[in-house]
Amino acid sequence: MYPALPTVCVMALATRTVRRPSPLATLWRSTVGKKTVMAVTGVIMLLFLVVHMLGNLKIFFGSTDFNGYAHWLRTIGEPALHYSWFLWITRVVLAASVALHAVSAYQLSRRDLAARPTAYAHRRPRASYATRTMRWGGVILGLFIVWHLLDLTTLTVNPRGEAGHPYQNVVADFRNWYADVVYIVAMLALGLHVRHGFWSAAQTLGANNARRDSALKFTANALALVLTAGFIAVPVSVMTGVVS
Amino acid sequence: MRLTLRIWRQRGPERPGAMTTYEVDGISEDMSFLEMLDTLNERLILEGDEPVAFDHDCREGICGACGMVINGQAHGPERTTTCQLHMRHFADGDTIDVEPWRAAAFPVVKDLVVDRSAFDRIIGSGGYVTAPTGSAPEAHATPVPKPVADTAFEHAECIGCGACVAACPNGSAMLFTSAKVVHLNVLPQGAPERESRVLDMVAAMDGEGFGGCTNTGECALACPKGVPLQAIATMNREFLRATRKGAR
Repeated sequence: MYPALPTVCVMALATRTVRRPSPLATLWRSTVGKKTVMAVTGVIMLLFLVVHMLGNLKIFFGSTDFNGYAHWLRTIGEPALHYSWFLWITRVVLAASVALHAVSAYQLSRRDLAARPTAYAHRRPRASYATRTMRWGGVILGLFIVWHLLDLTTLTVNPRGEAGHPYQNVVADFRNWYADVVYIVAMLALGLHVRHGFWSAAQTLGANNARRDSALKFTANALALVLTAGFIAVPVSVMTGVVS
Repeated sequence: MRLTLRIWRQRGPERPGAMTTYEVDGISEDMSFLEMLDTLNERLILEGDEPVAFDHDCREGICGACGMVINGQAHGPERTTTCQLHMRHFADGDTIDVEPWRAAAFPVVKDLVVDRSAFDRIIGSGGYVTAPTGSAPEAHATPVPKPVADTAFEHAECIGCGACVAACPNGSAMLFTSAKVVHLNVLPQGAPERESRVLDMVAAMDGEGFGGCTNTGECALACPKGVPLQAIATMNREFLRATRKGAR
């Protein structure tokens, strides 16, 4: 008989080109790919936040300017897009980003915790505060988004809640101490999240190298600082009476 | 020197373990950490106790066999291997905690010995080049620019000790895997498997149950060979490139 024959067949099979799953499947199944999803959605949300923060600062030019800006946002893309379509497209993209970011974070975190089933008896502080608070900071930001939408988009929990008058709604809102506290705490959490998140995204997307490292860290800190300061400026100005 | 050691003792895999306290006396500050443990073991053997099991081989800092978490730090307070850590970095009367690498993918075999064969399987999935074997190749047949050779060497320094996994809060093997991927992917000899290497090695790494990277940087701080954190960024770039190309 020819006992060598099956071996030959196996070798022929093993040398055949391996069919790989589609790029999207490869990404979603691997830890590196899921981090890429987090990085890309994170950058999308970060770009939105920069525009959002700059738009917020229009409050310092008075109610006509601020309300006019809010109205203009709904007319972007006209006449190709209908009224408020641009806003809805943005909302869909952002909602998808938040969902993908959160689902990836949840799945990766579960995996990370399972990878160290026995904790070290000797614990010592690890990494920076921003790095250690990414997970719970992210949860805080997720809860804040819900509150923020109920407050100033659907106006459900806004003390004034008059559609088309965002300036008056914002001022009415931040006259309440609890709204200020919620908002300021969330923006500090945002700063910490961006501080680690921006640099981490660059690392995940492979954009980092030895030469760029310090520039990326500087940009991350600058973004965190500018975003936090820019967002907090609004409630602080209402509290101090600069905006009324 | 007189020291109090709190060492993780575990009779075997799947057996319960506990931190056990030992007093050791007459330790010279010129001893290595492993020699200090040898001193303890000699006494334990004479007293009829089971000596503390730990991995070690070359004791020159180049093999990657030794490794334990000392006071919460992989390989202890100095950036070197445990065999090259000297007792002068501790003070007389110190209490030192000694634990094995902690990771789901590195199950404890006994005391401070863990099974690191998960690393071997990652290497087996792509950490090689397909080169003709036989006589040594002619040195000028494949020119390698000096900066490329330097980069490859910087990453080839990885000794596979597993300190990166032990130090990572997620028990991630990204620094190890990226060191191997970058080492071979930058060289012309590694070019034929450039895409399949990174895809297969990342898949093997995930398959072993290591955690993901959250860019805390703990791995690079613990690495006794100074493999840079940017290795991970380079591997991510290679991974995305290979995914885009749909890899053969």
